[in-house]
Amino acid sequence: MTEVGSPRLRSEDARLVTGRTRWTDNMTPAGTLHVAYLRSPIAHARITRVDTEPAKGRPGVVAVLSGADLADEQGSLPCAWVVTEDMRLPEHPPMAVDEVRYVGEPVACVVARDPYAAVDALEEIDVDYEPLPAVVDMEAALEEGADLVHEGLGTNSSYTWVFENGDVDAALRDAPVLIERRYVQQRLIPTAMEPRSVLCVPEGDEFTLYSSTQIPHILRLMLATVTGVPEHRLRVVAPDVGGGFGSKLQVYGEEVIALLLARRLGRPVKWTESRSEGNMTVHHGRDQIQRLTLAAERDGRLRGIKVELLADMGAYLMLVTPGIPLLGAFMYSGVYKMDAYSLTCTGVFTTKMPTDAYRGAGRPEATFAIERLMDELAAELDLDPVEVRRRNWIRHEEFPYDTVAGLTYDSGDYESATERALELFAYDKLRAEQADRRERRDPVQLGIGVSVFTEMCGLAPSRVLGSLSYGAGGWEHASVRVLPSGKVEVVTGTSPHGQGHETAWAQITADRLGVPFEDVRVLHGDTAVSHKGMDTYGSRSLAVGGVALYSACEKVVDKARKVAAHLLEASEQDLEFSGGRFSVRGVEQEGRTIQEVATAAFAAHDLPDGVEPSLDSDATFDPENFSFPHGTHLCAAEVDTETGMVRLRSYVALDDVGKVVNPVIVEGQVHGGLAQGIAQALFEEAVYDAEGNLTTTTMADYLIPTAADLPEFVTERTETPATTNPLGVKGVGEAGTIASTPAVVNAIVDALRPYGVRDVPMPCTPERVWRALRDESPPDLAEPGAGGGLGSAGGAR
Amino acid sequence: MIPASFDYVRPESVDEALEALTDAGEDAKIIAGGQSLMPLLRMRLAMPDTLIDLDRLDSLRDVRDDGDAIVIGALATHHRVLRDPLVRAHAPLLVRATAKVADPAVRHRGTFGGALAHADPASDLPAVAVALDAELLARSARGERRIPAADFFVDWMTSALEPDELLTGIRVPKPGEGWGVHYEKFHRTAQAWAIVGVACAVRRDDGRVGDARVALTNMGPVPVRCRAVEEALAGGAAIRDAAELAAEGTEPPSDLDGSAEYRTHLAAVLTARALAAAAAV
Repeated sequence: MTEVGSPRLRSEDARLVTGRTRWTDNMTPAGTLHVAYLRSPIAHARITRVDTEPAKGRPGVVAVLSGADLADEQGSLPCAWVVTEDMRLPEHPPMAVDEVRYVGEPVACVVARDPYAAVDALEEIDVDYEPLPAVVDMEAALEEGADLVHEGLGTNSSYTWVFENGDVDAALRDAPVLIERRYVQQRLIPTAMEPRSVLCVPEGDEFTLYSSTQIPHILRLMLATVTGVPEHRLRVVAPDVGGGFGSKLQVYGEEVIALLLARRLGRPVKWTESRSEGNMTVHHGRDQIQRLTLAAERDGRLRGIKVELLADMGAYLMLVTPGIPLLGAFMYSGVYKMDAYSLTCTGVFTTKMPTDAYRGAGRPEATFAIERLMDELAAELDLDPVEVRRRNWIRHEEFPYDTVAGLTYDSGDYESATERALELFAYDKLRAEQADRRERRDPVQLGIGVSVFTEMCGLAPSRVLGSLSYGAGGWEHASVRVLPSGKVEVVTGTSPHGQGHETAWAQITADRLGVPFEDVRVLHGDTAVSHKGMDTYGSRSLAVGGVALYSACEKVVDKARKVAAHLLEASEQDLEFSGGRFSVRGVEQEGRTIQEVATAAFAAHDLPDGVEPSLDSDATFDPENFSFPHGTHLCAAEVDTETGMVRLRSYVALDDVGKVVNPVIVEGQVHGGLAQGIAQALFEEAVYDAEGNLTTTTMADYLIPTAADLPEFVTERTETPATTNPLGVKGVGEAGTIASTPAVVNAIVDALRPYGVRDVPMPCTPERVWRALRDESPPDLAEPGAGGGLGSAGGAR
Repeated sequence: MIPASFDYVRPESVDEALEALTDAGEDAKIIAGGQSLMPLLRMRLAMPDTLIDLDRLDSLRDVRDDGDAIVIGALATHHRVLRDPLVRAHAPLLVRATAKVADPAVRHRGTFGGALAHADPASDLPAVAVALDAELLARSARGERRIPAADFFVDWMTSALEPDELLTGIRVPKPGEGWGVHYEKFHRTAQAWAIVGVACAVRRDDGRVGDARVALTNMGPVPVRCRAVEEALAGGAAIRDAAELAAEGTEPPSDLDGSAEYRTHLAAVLTARALAAAAAV
């Protein structure tokens, strides 16, 4: 009974890594038509004319449609999170009709017999635009008389959301130490390995829509609502999906239009994006400006924090766009105790691609803010950054702990995690090397970055989501059926897109039912198979869906116990269940395996009264609370003061994700998360120019790191089980992303602190590091009157 | 990401290729490894009427000894260049720089000749060709000519090749004894282009750098030979002082990776490092 915790290699990987599987784009039913989109080349313009006629005459073209042609049936793309009663929620047609508001917005589409004909015909569509002013700067967008993204709204503000607990003004007033900073969370492009792809197959008045999505269940409901196709006539399938990172937690216009076209043309239609199309029109992440004030005593103890956020919504509000920054609102106090907290968040419209969930979704931004501020506080007080954290964090004996941000952290042990991380990192040794390099005025300086974090995972208690005006619940469903032959099928409402649920769920099931791992098959991602579910995002699948599965297994065992007791002519209380076998206590030779019980339950020849045939069960789980993974990450960075180049030398990730079902999967999640979090610190940025053109449309301009660009990761875990679910699990999907960004930037700033550098904006490109050095004088190291000091350009080497 | 339609020709010999070039006129593109051209085709930044595929021209893949020089076939892949004994013996700078080109997959498809003919100033090998005083061998139905590397790169993505000319090989002079070499590539990720690159070869003379050849990647529309640095070194200047002259006469671009000002700074720092590394060999 040791499947849970064993480092099994993932059973789904052979087909995923070879691509010999059902990616949406791999499926082309007979008669499939292919769709290509003409997209706006201008950030903001009135559409005065769309001439589709020349394109219609091209060979192989079946239909050419503009937004106006679909205006009566395309509806408006949904936003499921109305965060304030007066939130401004503009119409969002899947294909633009009168006006375009970001570069890449669909304007017309071609449907053709092959994808080549479709793309060629795009060149024959003629569109007249009357340019309107681009709105690219959030702060300018809120000024009086600013150009408007949506003329009819009269403002570029979508909403202002406020949270207050304790008296922040009092905490800030007369505070012995105030740290005030402005940090920018740059816009990121999620960059899943598999591009978006959608295929819609009509059968009479019914439709099957295959999509590279994270959310088949939510998508079905939303598509039904938008298009009027009845929910029970629509089946949505997420076949194998190659990554999402939140970007496929969305209802995209291309999905709606695929359904409309299949309905209109009566033939299967397919669309798959190109990478540069994806960079422009997959929803983006982050993009916030944070104004922060941290108040503390001279001994480093925190009084409170004041947060003023501007969050770039982009041109429209998509599925959960306005709620993303608010997911971070609960995390600004981090792992620390303080008495006062206020947050004001204003959602701002700009003429850019809308933002929405991206790995971590609000929490990385919050964690970055508090962890950067803690380092700045340490510097201000001349304390070790670990020490200033130690003086403020919630001690292990203080859990459960009600935070100033309104959450109840159920468990945690920051002391043990940090102690072990420091040991693995050889913290003292690196500090000594740092001192030595400073002393020697080495052109390559060493910095150490600390990040002690927690996050709320396991989205989410339905009642909490309700209190936040979110449009749905946060429960999850699972069913388990032991087939007549004794093999087991598990149906989960989660929708894996790289997470390895097929393996982990089979491990949980194998243990609970006492059957071989190989005898368990996990079914998912098809609304005809998995009839209810809330899908996969927010590190929720194991902590919510895994627990539903656990409950379903328990129910199966309970039912099997009844049948077994009947077959063995014993009372249920006298039965033991171990290793997949029921036996009468004290009479071990008398027993029935669960497979035998399944066969008997299937035959139903002799079932106890009140027991229905077939050995199966359903369960849903709605968590009472979030789960709170935590950890301590440490990063050593070498910064070349002559060129600004940053090289990460070592990285320790000490995570506490509670009980671990499969350490290989956890390791993989941590590694991938670190790569993405480090990438925000060093490499990635979606750049719009002043006219609102996205200049990072290819991977030559939007840099994502490969293994060659990353250090070796040292990963280890402490294990403090979650107390709010029977598996003791917390979730691991976002931890690495959340923790690593501030660890890296803290390391860079730490390296350069003697030069007077207090911040480097992200991504910390070599030029930005170099400029940060040039902008500051080197008070600690420069020799008065000497040229060619460490801080000067082109210094000695 | 689907190229516009084009005619496709796959000649079996160099003569056939030249004929195809003449027939196709101005709107033909030659494809070898396709590592630079394919993305341009797919993004429809290049829309040639005719694509001439050199894949069958095996005679252009070899490296041969030509007395005081080696001649590298234009279709030799980067991978081949890295492993060829003649190249390793006589053009170590080329080996160093080639090892820094993109990634193994690209190096197995991409060709030396293609990288030069593409004339992208951000690409590593043009600066190497300029530093080594290589000559590029161009053939057309009209005959063959040798083009010095310094004259070959005319402007951004523009070479001296005439529309009917085919680059068949690159003649790299043997340097003789006593040279140290280095290619310093400064880039943000392993697969990214150089923000600035420095190709250099130096000969130690009585314990100091005498002869030096230095050229820069991505400091202007074409690779830049740093004559000022070379002359300063020949005149006895210290490496650091000579390197300060690296950006003289350059027109560095400003882009997402770095401003012209930053590139100017980098050119000096990286040239000093490259010279020091080469001199240490």
